[in-house]
Amino acid sequence: MCFAANLKQVRYNRTKSGTALHSRYRTMTTEHQPTELQQIGKSIPRKEGRGKVTGSARYVDDLTFPDMIYGVTVRSSASRGKILGIHFDKQIPWDQFTIVMAKDIPGKNCVALLIEDQPCLADEIVNHPEEAVVLLAHPDKYLLEVARQGVRIETETLPAIYTIEDSLSRKQVIWGDDNIFKSYHMEKGNVDSAWDTAHFIVEGEYETGAQEQLYIEPQGMIARADPAEGVAVWGSLQCPYYVHKALVRLFGLPKEQIRVVQTETGGGFGGKEEYPSMIAGHAALLAWKSGKAVKIIYDRAEDMVATTKRHPSLTRHRTAVTRAGKLMAMEIDFTIDGGAYETLSPVVLSRGTIHAAGPYECPNVRIRSRAVATNAPPHGAFRGFGAPQSVFALERHLDRVAGVVGISPEELRRRNFIQQGQTLAFGQVVHERVDMHHLLDRALELSGYHEKQKQFQEDNLRSSIKRGIGFASFLHGAGFTGSGEEYLASEALIKVTRDGQVCVLAGSTEMGQGTNTVFAQIAAEALALECEQIEILQPDTALVPNSGPTVASRTTMIVGKLVESAALTVKQLLLERSLLKEPYSAKEFSSACRQYIENFGALESLVKYQHPKDLHWDDGKYQGDAYGAYAWAVYVAEVSVDTRTAEVRVQDFVAVQEVGKVINPVLAAGQIEGGVAQGIGFALYENVVWQEGRMINGQMTNYIMPTSMDIPPIHVFFEELPYSRGPAGAKGIGELPLDGTAPAIANAIAHATGVDIRQIPITPEKLIDMLESVHA
Amino acid sequence: MPEATRKIQVQCQINGQAVTLDAYPMARLLDVLREQAGLTGTKEGCGEGECGACAVELDGALVNSCLVPFAQANGTTIRTIEGVADHGRLAAVQQAFLTYGGAQCGICTPGMILAAVNLLARNAQPTETEIREGLAGNLCRCTGYTKIFESVLEACRATRTLA
Amino acid sequence: MRSYVPGYEMQAPRSLAETLERMAREPGLWKPFAGGTDLMVLLEAGKLAHKNFLSVWKLRELRGIETTPEYVTLGAVTSYSEIRRHELLACEFPLLCRAAAETGSIATQNRGTIGGNIANASPAADSPPALLVYDAELELVSASGTRWLPYQSFWKGYKQIELRNDELIRAIRLPRGKNGWVHFYRKVGTRRAQAISKVCFAGAARMEARRIADVRIALGSVAPTVLRAVETEKMLRGEQLTPTIAQAAQESLAREITPIDDMRSTARYRLRVSQNLLAEFCERIAA
Repeated sequence: MCFAANLKQVRYNRTKSGTALHSRYRTMTTEHQPTELQQIGKSIPRKEGRGKVTGSARYVDDLTFPDMIYGVTVRSSASRGKILGIHFDKQIPWDQFTIVMAKDIPGKNCVALLIEDQPCLADEIVNHPEEAVVLLAHPDKYLLEVARQGVRIETETLPAIYTIEDSLSRKQVIWGDDNIFKSYHMEKGNVDSAWDTAHFIVEGEYETGAQEQLYIEPQGMIARADPAEGVAVWGSLQCPYYVHKALVRLFGLPKEQIRVVQTETGGGFGGKEEYPSMIAGHAALLAWKSGKAVKIIYDRAEDMVATTKRHPSLTRHRTAVTRAGKLMAMEIDFTIDGGAYETLSPVVLSRGTIHAAGPYECPNVRIRSRAVATNAPPHGAFRGFGAPQSVFALERHLDRVAGVVGISPEELRRRNFIQQGQTLAFGQVVHERVDMHHLLDRALELSGYHEKQKQFQEDNLRSSIKRGIGFASFLHGAGFTGSGEEYLASEALIKVTRDGQVCVLAGSTEMGQGTNTVFAQIAAEALALECEQIEILQPDTALVPNSGPTVASRTTMIVGKLVESAALTVKQLLLERSLLKEPYSAKEFSSACRQYIENFGALESLVKYQHPKDLHWDDGKYQGDAYGAYAWAVYVAEVSVDTRTAEVRVQDFVAVQEVGKVINPVLAAGQIEGGVAQGIGFALYENVVWQEGRMINGQMTNYIMPTSMDIPPIHVFFEELPYSRGPAGAKGIGELPLDGTAPAIANAIAHATGVDIRQIPITPEKLIDMLESVHA
Repeated sequence: MPEATRKIQVQCQINGQAVTLDAYPMARLLDVLREQAGLTGTKEGCGEGECGACAVELDGALVNSCLVPFAQANGTTIRTIEGVADHGRLAAVQQAFLTYGGAQCGICTPGMILAAVNLLARNAQPTETEIREGLAGNLCRCTGYTKIFESVLEACRATRTLA
Repeated sequence: MRSYVPGYEMQAPRSLAETLERMAREPGLWKPFAGGTDLMVLLEAGKLAHKNFLSVWKLRELRGIETTPEYVTLGAVTSYSEIRRHELLACEFPLLCRAAAETGSIATQNRGTIGGNIANASPAADSPPALLVYDAELELVSASGTRWLPYQSFWKGYKQIELRNDELIRAIRLPRGKNGWVHFYRKVGTRRAQAISKVCFAGAARMEARRIADVRIALGSVAPTVLRAVETEKMLRGEQLTPTIAQAAQESLAREITPIDDMRSTARYRLRVSQNLLAEFCERIAA
């Protein structure tokens, strides 16, 4: 049942004058460690950290190229319409400007992704507000802005749709034949057989809103382009090879003539997964036409209104349970709003669908899901990628189911947690060790859940400030779904210089999550070297192989494994030639490398991903082994609700997760803390205000993300059950915190106030009415 | 095209050096620092004084440089992130950010470090609450602030131990 | 940056007299510019209609906080940070210090000024309700003279103020004598720091035994201008604070304020919260 794992603990000391935070990481090892790890498990400082703390790190807007000019985008104000004409203000000396429109595109006018439905520049039709129509470039940034305002796009408006309901009802068909980008249908067992014999049937509808990624560094690109030499772009991005593929199509050039370089990236969270292909295309088109290097940097307002956001969602649950609260059947209907073009909606839908039934054992499950089109800027990747939406619905729903059955939320989970050997809703047998009971035990103990539940219930009777505590239990699959990793066929390369400097070449990007450091630790461990001897090359498609996109919680687990294998292969090459004997010193290693290169040529290893033969996924039935590994978690949120103002504060937060192996404790905890903060924003503060498909609160003053005063103490605890296919046993963790945070908060608010939360963000405006209904 | 006013010259001290700069009177100090003075460490995150990524010290006071017109920089003393380390020796806060994970993507870090050193100059041993308040004008999307607080507290501890 | 920056002019006269002289000579051409925390945001957004500014940031005549037995007088170019640090203000005019602490961030407080805030005339500003509660008076100066105006009479309508185009605000004067009063301030914003207010409530009351001898109530973000709830004050003045009276006060308040729906909040929320804050104020003064 319960088994020991490595524990990392953060301890807090309280002083008289307030809370002085004092953290110390302690490893309690109760399982025997086979070999003593030297690099893995240590909080090695971030490799590129010095540049970041001194201001010398160079982000795209910090770069200047000789002969560089600036570019801006002229966008549609209509939500949907036919472009009748583009008018240029006669007062502006247009001969000084480079002007690009759809007709100037050398290749195909599209932003190539899964399909090619999204134009790079709107041509005859506009399908969403802020759609790019015209590009301008000029050496003077200020004049450029005047010029932007001097272009008028004349449209004849067409009727537009803005809601999931209108899209499903086909009030207007704006995409394909039926507005549906993709749909899935998943069946396990026989759902229809359960309703008649169920003791309880609980239904519910749950909604989540759009969420803006709000990386603090806005989107930006610099491009050089020349019909003779090709196209090169430098910019803030997560997936150099996605941009590469899109530019190949846009320009109709051979692969070798397109080069994409990632600059230091100030946050991504998915917002720089697919969108950079668009802005790179724009900068490159201007560079192509002007013959100069062109820099496009979005200001915050443009970034907010024109780029991707988390897909809004609508989930319906219908659940059959026995008298004892055992799940008999779950029927789930899950819809996400994809905006005007397909982009990545099928994949977001996929992950949301697969995660919709959670870490529970239920013999009969039906999940029907679809991604639909509306006339809004396309929604896109945001950490969690569909799962935060469906997990919010599930975990909120299960608390309600518990209430109907008459048992506690905790008991309802315990009676249904998946165990090793059982089958998840989509047909995957859980072969790895999992103990949700233990995680729940720990999370509830660490948060003082039971004591607080009782205490709050008493205190609430006498106070206008109601306190509550709630939790969510969940899992998150790491890597691409099903055969996705096989399809990606990722590669990582290690090259060693004659001085023994080890270079890791991978397409994976650092954007704060710690890629550089984790890769260095993995390679250093495999080679028995220090991290200083490992260099991680800046991702440049001219130099590094395609390691797949930096998304899907896959970078450490999948690509890190390739890095580990490549490093071990290099060591093997030296050992085989008897140039090295273990154990060896760094000096001996360097000497062996020099000898190898002098005698045998390049010392390098290219490793390609091999899909485990025992993982099977059926795309047609949408069933099987969805992910190689899962992180498992229980999060507990403590809230206070001021009934006078309906303001909610998260007072404390406990995050317990089992993640295989923690490569770098500081970086790993940082990922959880940051993700929890984003989850708090998702639950309480981040409200996109829409008006006819346009975000009208596109400023940081009006789109509210949490400040340092809004975030509670966040207590992070890791457990480690090594995953055999992960580097040193590591699984992916980047997206995990986005799944459980919002439902834990929603459940806590329900506990505090009796309000039945069905929707996030839970704004005070919505809550104040609900509070009054409860008291009535 | 609209009429342009004349550029003006401004004299100020930046990171201990006397500098003469040339720009339009209402140009943002942020842009002048980044472009004319070549100090790209100060960042633009929002252009509306909300995120604090552009924070610098102006005559000892923490300000958002995106909201300061160039003309008002005349005769002032400015410190940017490039002026925090002492000839390559990192300040305690900078070192602590490295050790304790105060920086992830790094884009908010220059402004955050300026805010932290400014806070510590006014209050050498702040409580966690005081740190939260002192840094409330600097938004971070990556860290959830937790390790930023830890870093600042550790920097204080390091400084206290030395004293 | 959505404005044509080269189209804007800023000059820095060396004295108040020179500033006023230029404003008189070319009426409407020049506007004073203090710390810029409002105006620069407009510039960035492409919404700063006015193009020519005179920086008053360094003018000594507009700085400093003076204390006499009757008044505390703040120069218009007094920053929020200076207000927060001032001991006497903290002691006798705590609501103003609270408001200053809740305005923006430390960086904003270092540059934002009380005069600039008043001249910007946003109905959502944090200090004006406190100023109204403290019966503030404004000194308006021009080349042709000086006049004093109760702050309460300063507004004509939404973002329209009683300021001629050759005038600027020189000082804000607060009559002393409210130390024995009960002071209450609460700003309800979008988050705990750096928030635009959805409702801002400032109140102070002088109690004699259980009777409300005198009271001031002012609110922000619930009308086109910041307002004094004079009818509700009248209703409370002289009364014992019973639940009935408190209830009647809330109903009176509902008639005095005109909150709206906007991208930040709703009319309904603002109304309910205003009433709840008034109830909280009543509880505070009854205690």
